[in-house]
Amino acid sequence: MIANKFIRRFAPVCAGLACVLGSASAAANDLEISGEAGIQMRYFFEDALLPQQERTQASVYLQPEFFYSWNGGDDRLVIKPFARLDQIDSERTHLDIREMHWLHLASDWELLAGISKVFWGQTESLHLVDVINQTDAVESVDGEDKLGQPMVSFSYFTDFGRLSAFALPYFRERTFPGLDGRVVPPFLIDTDNPLYASSQEQTHLDYALRWQHTLGSWDLGLSYFDGTNREPYFAQRFDPETANLRLQPYYSQITQVGLDVLAVTGSWLLKFEGIYRQDDLENVPVSLNSVIEEDFFAAVAGFEYTQVGVFDSQYDLGVLMEYQFDERDDTAFVFGQNDLMMGLRVAFNDIDGTTVLFGMVQDLERSDSYSGFFESSSRITDQWRWSLDAYFFSSDVAADPLYFMRREDHIEFTLEYYF
Amino acid sequence: MKRIGHFLNTSRWCIAGLIIACLSFTTLADEQRGDEIAQARKTADTGWGDTEAEMRMILRNAQGQESERKMRVKSLEVIDDGDKALTIFDQPRDVSGTAFLSFSKAVGADDQWIYLPALKRVKRINSRNKSGPFMGSEFAFEDMTSFELEKYRFNYLRDETLDGAETYVVEQVPIDEYSGYTRQVVWVDKEHYYVRKIEFYDRKDSLLKTLELDDYRQYKDQYWRAHRSEMFNEQTGKSTVLIVDELVFDTGLSDDDFDENKLRNVR
Repeated sequence: MIANKFIRRFAPVCAGLACVLGSASAAANDLEISGEAGIQMRYFFEDALLPQQERTQASVYLQPEFFYSWNGGDDRLVIKPFARLDQIDSERTHLDIREMHWLHLASDWELLAGISKVFWGQTESLHLVDVINQTDAVESVDGEDKLGQPMVSFSYFTDFGRLSAFALPYFRERTFPGLDGRVVPPFLIDTDNPLYASSQEQTHLDYALRWQHTLGSWDLGLSYFDGTNREPYFAQRFDPETANLRLQPYYSQITQVGLDVLAVTGSWLLKFEGIYRQDDLENVPVSLNSVIEEDFFAAVAGFEYTQVGVFDSQYDLGVLMEYQFDERDDTAFVFGQNDLMMGLRVAFNDIDGTTVLFGMVQDLERSDSYSGFFESSSRITDQWRWSLDAYFFSSDVAADPLYFMRREDHIEFTLEYYF
Repeated sequence: MKRIGHFLNTSRWCIAGLIIACLSFTTLADEQRGDEIAQARKTADTGWGDTEAEMRMILRNAQGQESERKMRVKSLEVIDDGDKALTIFDQPRDVSGTAFLSFSKAVGADDQWIYLPALKRVKRINSRNKSGPFMGSEFAFEDMTSFELEKYRFNYLRDETLDGAETYVVEQVPIDEYSGYTRQVVWVDKEHYYVRKIEFYDRKDSLLKTLELDDYRQYKDQYWRAHRSEMFNEQTGKSTVLIVDELVFDTGLSDDDFDENKLRNVR
């Protein structure tokens, strides 16, 4: 469904692109084509909560990047489409334009127009401050994959840091796996019928401001966002067709102030992200009346300690710990109200660039509620890499959002090809 | 016994004093000589401005298997402090586009950032990693930073003929406690004051690595740059060859090109 929607939406754009690219490649050798592709296998350790869900899931993906520059590199065109074909989940089979923009660089300013991706923040376990791009939640459990965001952004570089302003004319809805897919609660997330606080829905004009600066061993960022909340709430509705619960994403209108700080001291990186968010409380679905707060505060704070060459080896060992705090209740389908992430990162420093990261996030209010993660990868040749990731979820209480993920423990093997 | 003890008592201080005087005299003289040679080495490589280089690193394990890295390095000389360097990786392909920005400091910890293109994320790096390997190679981060007088204490050891070239052999002891080395022994070319060879000694003071620099070429009628350097790990048998394929001076780089806030636009 989503794939179809995208194909319809982007077909004319793609045709235009083909023309631009055609003329570009004819023009000069300033066109660079690169990218990555891969095959992924997921294996689930337990039978799913729904009978139609499979225990194995295979998929392939492709993400080429076309880069064209002129004017001595000061003008650039980037086009980066993404496609995944999933064996069982039609929602995970999707097409996206990750990037498609023109960027102009001057010595003390830059202007970007088109679809792009922006990252803000410092912490590892949660990205509270990072609000420009929507999460492509069908892609991975860790939420690190993002959908391309249409924008016009202007940045000005001064001695006291980088100042950026963003106008975001089009909203991207979060993707969710379908009922055939996995790593999803056993309810239909009705992405075809989302609810919006604003009557303008996806065409509401959002804007954002950002200042970031380095002062010696401190990296600071201050941001402001006014617009459609990237993180949906879920309105529950009884679906007479399936005699089951149906979740409708509700996208509220928010204003959010964010602060992110990183300090380097000795072998320690100290990290902090905090947000204060106000909600307009417009067109709130009845079932969410008691859930959505007028305002709240949330923060993540922690450290990463790295020891180089542990036990006389060439390995680096990093210890990560982050505390997550959110004023909102569990019922808001929010993770990280009062949780602790602990992790270990091992960099083998070998020719193959092997790294391993594993750890867990423990709910400090419920000992039975935790999730675990294991991420590893290594190079096979100059162009091939493998990665092996695993995710575990545990919860015994139905009121805990993690409860619905309790059967979703899985291992994920990816063979990546870079060109 | 008593007599001997008495004799020792009276003469002990005289002899000890003499030895200390001799030792400190030669030590002082060797330190001064070492400082002078290091100073001359620094002076010979001051005022070069900025460079852009295309490099290859060939990593070899003990069994002789090879893997190649390709990168571009932009460097900016900073007078009276460590230099600024921006390294952009082109190969292996999975790290292509990754950029490493480093402001090396004459005294104290360097400032370092890495840009990860897949996440569009700029991450600060803990600069105490200086003894860690650079990209899985036999070069440590600290081997890649600029030579600054404030980083070491120097000690002249001897003159030596190395592969037919006259050299001064100077010991340099890192001042930073987070250095991976107790000391380095450096062969400095007498004519041009460039480095021909370095031996690195690990924290247990045993020989860890040997660096040999070859294929020196002169730029701007003044500055010498090695186009081939090989780091050999004496303890593991692994080695890394760093080859400079292209080097251009005065490309017009400025502080603006080494801004952590602009790292995401680096190509």
